[in-house]
Amino acid sequence: MSLNTQAILDAVQAALLAIETAADLEALKQVRIDHIGDRSDLARANQSLGKLEPAQRSEFGKLIGTERNRVTSAFAARELILMAERDQRILEEERVDVTLPGRRSLQGGLHPLTLLTNEICDLFLGLGYSVAEGPEMESEWLNFDALNMPADHPARTMQDTFFVEPLAAKLVMRTHTSPVQVRTMLEQEPPIYIICPGRTYRADELDATHTPVFGQVEGLVIDKGITMADLKGTLDHFAREMFGEDVKTRLRPSFFPFTEPSAEVDFFFQGRWIEWGGCGMVNQKVLIACGIDPHEYSGFAFGMGLERTLMVRHGIADMHDIVEGDIRFTQNYGTGLI
Amino acid sequence: MKIPLSWIREFTPVPADIDLLSLEAAFVNVGFEVETIDVMGSDVQGPLVVGRVLSVEEIKDHKKPIRYVGLDCGEGHTRFVICGASNFKVADLVVVALPGAVLPGDFAISARETYGKLSDGMICSAKELRISEDHSGIIVLPAESAEPGANATQLLEIHDVVIDLAILADRGYALSIRGIARELAASLNLSYQDPVHLIDSKKFDINTRGVQVEISDSTCASVIYLRTLEEFNSSATSPIWMIRRIEKCGMRAISLAVDVTNYVMLELGQPLHAFDRDSIVGTVKIRRAGTDSSITTLDGQERKLHPDDVLVVDDKTALALAGTMGGENSEVRESTVSLAIEAARFDPISIAKNSRRHKLSSEASRRFERSVDPSLAEFASARAADLLIQFGGARHVGSAISGEPRYAPIVEMDPNFVSELLGTVVGLELVEEKLLIIGCDIEKVSPTVWKIDPPSWRSDLSGPPDFVEEVARLIGYQAIPSHLPTGKSGATLSLKQARKRALAIMMANSGYTEVLSSPFVSQEMLDILGLETDRARSFRLANPMSESFPLLRSDLLPGLLTTLSRNIARGFKDLALFEIGSVFRAIEAPVVADEISTSTKPTPAQLAKIYSGVPSQPVHLAALMVGNTELSGWWGSGRKCDWSDAVSMAVRIIEETGNQVQVVSQTTMPWHSGRSAAILINGTPVAYAGELHPGVLAKLNLPERACGLVVDLNLIPHHEVTKAKPVWTMPVARQDISFIVDARISAQEVEAALRSGAGDLLESISLFDRYDQMADGQVSLAYTMTFRAPDRTLTSEEVSEFRTQAGAQVVERFGATIRG
Repeated sequence: MSLNTQAILDAVQAALLAIETAADLEALKQVRIDHIGDRSDLARANQSLGKLEPAQRSEFGKLIGTERNRVTSAFAARELILMAERDQRILEEERVDVTLPGRRSLQGGLHPLTLLTNEICDLFLGLGYSVAEGPEMESEWLNFDALNMPADHPARTMQDTFFVEPLAAKLVMRTHTSPVQVRTMLEQEPPIYIICPGRTYRADELDATHTPVFGQVEGLVIDKGITMADLKGTLDHFAREMFGEDVKTRLRPSFFPFTEPSAEVDFFFQGRWIEWGGCGMVNQKVLIACGIDPHEYSGFAFGMGLERTLMVRHGIADMHDIVEGDIRFTQNYGTGLI
Repeated sequence: MKIPLSWIREFTPVPADIDLLSLEAAFVNVGFEVETIDVMGSDVQGPLVVGRVLSVEEIKDHKKPIRYVGLDCGEGHTRFVICGASNFKVADLVVVALPGAVLPGDFAISARETYGKLSDGMICSAKELRISEDHSGIIVLPAESAEPGANATQLLEIHDVVIDLAILADRGYALSIRGIARELAASLNLSYQDPVHLIDSKKFDINTRGVQVEISDSTCASVIYLRTLEEFNSSATSPIWMIRRIEKCGMRAISLAVDVTNYVMLELGQPLHAFDRDSIVGTVKIRRAGTDSSITTLDGQERKLHPDDVLVVDDKTALALAGTMGGENSEVRESTVSLAIEAARFDPISIAKNSRRHKLSSEASRRFERSVDPSLAEFASARAADLLIQFGGARHVGSAISGEPRYAPIVEMDPNFVSELLGTVVGLELVEEKLLIIGCDIEKVSPTVWKIDPPSWRSDLSGPPDFVEEVARLIGYQAIPSHLPTGKSGATLSLKQARKRALAIMMANSGYTEVLSSPFVSQEMLDILGLETDRARSFRLANPMSESFPLLRSDLLPGLLTTLSRNIARGFKDLALFEIGSVFRAIEAPVVADEISTSTKPTPAQLAKIYSGVPSQPVHLAALMVGNTELSGWWGSGRKCDWSDAVSMAVRIIEETGNQVQVVSQTTMPWHSGRSAAILINGTPVAYAGELHPGVLAKLNLPERACGLVVDLNLIPHHEVTKAKPVWTMPVARQDISFIVDARISAQEVEAALRSGAGDLLESISLFDRYDQMADGQVSLAYTMTFRAPDRTLTSEEVSEFRTQAGAQVVERFGATIRG
């Protein structure tokens, strides 16, 4: 085969034209086969260089090299344009309304009492307390006797306490989580720093503010030199974490068999004083019944209703919502992700 | 307790200009919750005078009796008014609102024409003046109690402040004007006159001329006084001020003898009882009922007696249920001219039991239960005798006494303990001052040893912390500083607690909504669910809220099913609920509990028995689902939940805890026996899951195909540290295998066979196709197995051999036919 300059230049022109006029990537693919591929005129011209005289080989080699580069550059440029056009077309064609309601499976959620309990536990874990739990059906001795509530105590009547049959077994549904405190004091040496959340039972009819089954959280600290100032500081901290930095608290003298001195703790929230719970210095009789020397150790305890805390903090008007298990109520609080 | 401020002022000079907020704060600061403060008479204005009835003209021909009454109101002429009441007669003293007066309810009085007459004012009832609820007729004042024209507003002490206080259980002494006045004086730093110091009891001789008394059982009472009075004028009436004070305290005036006992009780806190002396035979005694069978109390009720009931008796019969209510037989009557006034210090617990056993809570029992000052019997009975002599013309015959007051023991304490326990320095002078204010006597043995004798009315002050509280409340709890202590570093949740929390979050993120359902269950529900064995062994409450729900849940499903129904009733179709909570199963035989003292720590043996008497209460996780688990929408239809969602969720829960499970079919209720599984760890069932029994769903009116799961979290072992699995990075090789096998062979068995044949380099296995519409009870299964070696690329010959070996196992074990 002989090479001629004009033929090469014609082939280049044809190739450039074909590249220029290729409408899409599919057409461009054919252009590559026809004008760049092994069987194209330019490729074949290149292949025939070897048969030429050295002088001609150099001349034509240079020419073909230059022209082929021109073609491949043009090809690459055209390919970029067509790819961009294709992408643009796909993006246009595949446009959807992204505001359509999203595809989803069932929504779940944690009960706000669970979320609140977790939050309180974390708060006290941070203060170096352990979380202590115990049985909901409890011995009368642990629920009452050990807490300085002897057999004749008024709280031990059937109006207040659920008794379990047979009565001789002396089992009650715990009326507070205090038996967990008792169990801890009986089993552990001080120092004791515990927070006791849990379900408790009292024979109250369900209404907007009462439920026979309710959540309570109690705290207990037994250590050397524990004072009522420590109790106050702990409650202040707890109240701020629950209700915000600006919340005010107050202690009012009160009476509980298991604490002495005793107090009610109130907090001032959204313009009014709200009764939060009971507290006090652990009664020495309780320490003695649990085998702790009151001359060596002192302690404080406090307890509040979880529902009440939840209702005030979140503006829940009716206890029924908390106990009925309506999914709308629970799902409002999500899974506690923040 | 309701307390008129005017009465308190008799014993402490409360400033006339004290505002209500300061008054409330004064009580709250020392530990008395204020229920209400009623400014009485603020709604009564204008002329209110005493009138004497001069004439009564009955106006007939009306539906109700109407009187046209002529009155002397001290004006020098007769004033005529119309009156609809008829409980008065000529010469009676009545209360007249003159024109210009305004009565409660913005009721302006004016002269007006009515029933054809001019009515120039109004004769008032107690209710119209809002001084009591009595509207049975108009007020008729005791004869000679006032002159016509006298200011009735003053006479009736209409203007007053009545404070209603909640009295704590340990402050019995505060159920009296004496106690409250002392507290208010202490709170406001005012002087205080103890009313007891105004009483001369010695002038009443102790002798044998009156009725004699004897405490036969010293566990019932420590001391009793009985004062006998004769020549009592049974028609004498109580003075107006006494009636008004009794009314302001929320009680009713009845008769002079009864009013005096109530008045003294309100003033001093000592309940008294007046007997008709002539009904008493022989000696009055205090003892337990024993074999006595019944007593008729003065409310007319015959009450069956308990052997431990404390009674006041004479030689013949029971006179009173002690400290609770008098007997009908010895009641003071209109004809009574001789009285025996009883004042006793009964045992608080015994009276509490009297009251509880007979469901009789009286003003007396409330005070006795909370402990009455033992020194009061002497003085209160003397005070009552004084009043009966003064207003009833009675004569003291003689007084009798049995027993003697028992006082709380002297307490020795280091006064510095106050500062130590409160966490702030309280000067010893201040400690002393406050203890003296509440009535203690102090003997300072040394700077660190004080012997403190609590006052007779404070039997609750028995140890050093009690005195700390007294000082603290009088200096104010606000004086205590705030200090935040911290506990032990390194506090964490226990494994059990951490698991419970993580599980709840996992359930919620898997689409389940947490509920906390009622633990009270009906027998009917257990029957419907068909629970058997341990799952049906529920505890029964002795006093359930509702007789329909007397059982404690032995399983979470009953409560969860009820909650599911409630949500369905509220219009929800696609639901997934879960609950984590304790269940109660009466599996162990009940242990009869011992009496165990609290004066020392129980012995290890006693403790062991206490603990073992409390049944174990495992924590379960249960879930229910109904309807779609993947929701339908604009994208197309959803996917209904089925047994396999339930089983796989239960398996996932357990596997996430690092335990290996085995799934087997099971047949217990309330599950669909063909579509439910028991999930085992090491052969022990720890969970049940699948579809609920169609019959159960029908009975509960729940949608078909509802599914659920129950996991006993206590049976799942904890694995604290998860062991690493090697992550091999050489290329993966896949092999598919399909075969036909008897449909009764479980998927779990098939997979186990494949695994055993495929060898150690098998990385995972998954069933990607299952066809069960074949003849002869056969099923076609297709699995993908992936293989990987730690150190090289597997050759196709190698993996082909693994596949062959795996297939050989299903052929050998189950007679499967390999299809490809």
